[in-house]
Amino acid sequence: MKYDKNYELSRREFIRKAALLGLSVGGSKTLMEVVFGDDILAASTDENPATVRWAMVVDMTKCSRREDCSDCMAACHRTHNVPAISNRRHEIKWIWREPFVNAFPELKEGRLRKDLYGAGFIVLCNHCDNPPCVRVCPTRATWRRQDGIVMMDMHRCIGCRYCMAACPYGSRSFNWMDPRKILDEKAINQDYPTRTKGVVEKCDFCAERIDRGMLPVCVEACKEKALVFGNLSDAGSPVSGLLAGRFAIRRKPELGTRPEVYYIV
Amino acid sequence: MRDKIKILAGAAIFLAVALFPLWYVRTTGKASIVPEPRLVNAGKECVNAKEYMREYHMTMLNEWRDEVVREGRRSPIVIAGVEYQKSLSDACMKCHANKSDFCDVCHNYLGVSPTCWDCHNSPKEPKHEIR
Amino acid sequence: MFEKALSGSRRYWTLVFILLALVGAGFFFYLRQLSDGLSITGMGRDVSWGFYISQFTFLVGVAASAVMVVLPYYLHDFRAFGKITILGEFLAISAVSMCVLFIFVDMGQPFRIFNVFLHPSPNSMMFWDTVVLIGYLLLNLFIGWATLGAERKGVAPPAWSRPLIYISIPWAVSIHTVTAFLYAGIPGRHLWLTAIMAARFLASAFASGPALLILLCMIVRRYTRFDPGREPIQALGKIVAYAMTINVFFIALEFFTAYYSGIPSHSHSLEYLFFGLEGHGSLAPFMWTSMGLAALALTLLINPSTRHNERWLATGAAAVFFSTWLDKGLGLVVGGFIPSPFESITEYSPTVPELMISLGVWAIGFLILTLLYKITVAVREEA
Repeated sequence: MKYDKNYELSRREFIRKAALLGLSVGGSKTLMEVVFGDDILAASTDENPATVRWAMVVDMTKCSRREDCSDCMAACHRTHNVPAISNRRHEIKWIWREPFVNAFPELKEGRLRKDLYGAGFIVLCNHCDNPPCVRVCPTRATWRRQDGIVMMDMHRCIGCRYCMAACPYGSRSFNWMDPRKILDEKAINQDYPTRTKGVVEKCDFCAERIDRGMLPVCVEACKEKALVFGNLSDAGSPVSGLLAGRFAIRRKPELGTRPEVYYIV
Repeated sequence: MRDKIKILAGAAIFLAVALFPLWYVRTTGKASIVPEPRLVNAGKECVNAKEYMREYHMTMLNEWRDEVVREGRRSPIVIAGVEYQKSLSDACMKCHANKSDFCDVCHNYLGVSPTCWDCHNSPKEPKHEIR
Repeated sequence: MFEKALSGSRRYWTLVFILLALVGAGFFFYLRQLSDGLSITGMGRDVSWGFYISQFTFLVGVAASAVMVVLPYYLHDFRAFGKITILGEFLAISAVSMCVLFIFVDMGQPFRIFNVFLHPSPNSMMFWDTVVLIGYLLLNLFIGWATLGAERKGVAPPAWSRPLIYISIPWAVSIHTVTAFLYAGIPGRHLWLTAIMAARFLASAFASGPALLILLCMIVRRYTRFDPGREPIQALGKIVAYAMTINVFFIALEFFTAYYSGIPSHSHSLEYLFFGLEGHGSLAPFMWTSMGLAALALTLLINPSTRHNERWLATGAAAVFFSTWLDKGLGLVVGGFIPSPFESITEYSPTVPELMISLGVWAIGFLILTLLYKITVAVREEA
């Protein structure tokens, strides 16, 4: 069988035309949905309609919380060729540690359980159900997949950094310079691209591994099993089981972003 | 428009000189230098015919990119019983492993500089003299 | 008509070449930014927008110079503005051109900018801002060129320019509103999350645009044989006085809500900007300068005896311009990023290359303005 380019082109063209048609005939309600709605690309992804909703539970009662433990972060950053930049302004981070009172600033008033004051919490992209970053992106370089992963298309990003202004979690990093100038050439993971200067990046729940039936690399790397990943739409999944039995909090839920990273404290 | 003739003649001479490469090749039927990309694994079958690939590989790569990144459709393409990932680094570069002898030769000749390798890794090549 | 920009006095050419030299210097630094990335600026992961976007935000306001002369002239038949509508429209063209350039130099991947049109995203306020800004630029280009061309030939402006002029009035409101929406709809940036953001943008725009126009009218009168007259300049002075009063009132409203409600996150940015937060307060001197200039401007412009004196009027207009520049063109954008989502404080100050690129963009804007005003003045001197 030969690779049929016409078939592929026409399908893409059809989707585009269908979307435009929907926009023009849909009337004001559709327009309102388009402007304020969560997911304008829902029509073009045909797989996994809401039967899959990926989420993560960070069990901070299991996390070693030791300053010298960086298994999850090191594994992620090594796998995804995230450079270690010493200048804090230019740092690029997909998963890192943030003091509890910084990760949950609205909870720092009053008395807290003693151990929380010094505790470093693992933070990453929350893969919101209602992501402000997706809402503001002028090119749809970032969007929400049907399975809930907030993706980045680094090919399309124009580097306007509107998503960084919109993300209330500080989860997004910009390539202020060419990362290849900082990465150790010998340490580059040949199976994953690097980035170019001038684009935004962030954690994508290891979409490329999930699509092949693997776990995110940070989850695999944690020896304490403090990171749990799974399908929230499946009542039998490990994340559903944990959240059914334990009290968990999320970062800034009052903003209506519906973050899907839970913390057991 | 007193100088109509002069203006037209000047414009004609300019076009003739500026478009020299085009009409020279058109009339003589051959270019003086033709790029000769070299293959490492010659003889194996590619995902499509040579003529198609020569003209449309960039379109195809862009389509693969959109399918994989944007639509999450990562299932491999099967050609003559062989599975190919939709990937520049993981598929194309496995056979066309010699970027400088294969990709760059034509790209340099045409004066195009694709940004693919700003991010995507290409296989390490032995050092060789600059052509 | 353009040939009128190609002949001029020694002073004209000196100005053009000084501006060209500044453009060249800015371009040199922009080439460095292209090769090294935005790391040559003072921005970072916490303050991810800086001087460029601030200038853009402020200059959208300056573009209001057009609507504030077009509206009285065409809707209220206020004849005194007849001579200066074209100056207002050409200032708007220059301001919007700078806006577009400031967005462009802020892009991490400037060559991909057409992705905004290839993949239009109606859910993004930035998409709409691009649409309304380019629309406003084209509207003023067509209107200004057509009316000036007609004036030169001594005929009435073409019929098609009328509907465009009427469209340009609400369109001007849209550029301030949509630019305000860039900020006002973002969860978690409490300085920006205010329903009166668009109203504030309109008030400060209607103050800063006409204020600059007053100064430009005075410059044109001083150095050319074209005199806009005393009446329109005084009328503009009144507009600026009202708009600046409302602008300052709106700023006071923000303080009331933030501090009386007592919600910590709502006052953090204001606290940082004006009083310093946790020992950081590098912008406070600028903000207080802005407030001082605003107080000076209101004193000079509300009081009829000083407003009628052109020397004081010019001082007041300059005070309005620099006060709003500091408040909107620096504090508003940078302040929104401080403190960060982790409530930590990273301060921002622009770098030399960043300032030089900005100066280059301003020079392009003033070059456009100089050429357009030169043509206008030449046409008027002929008549």
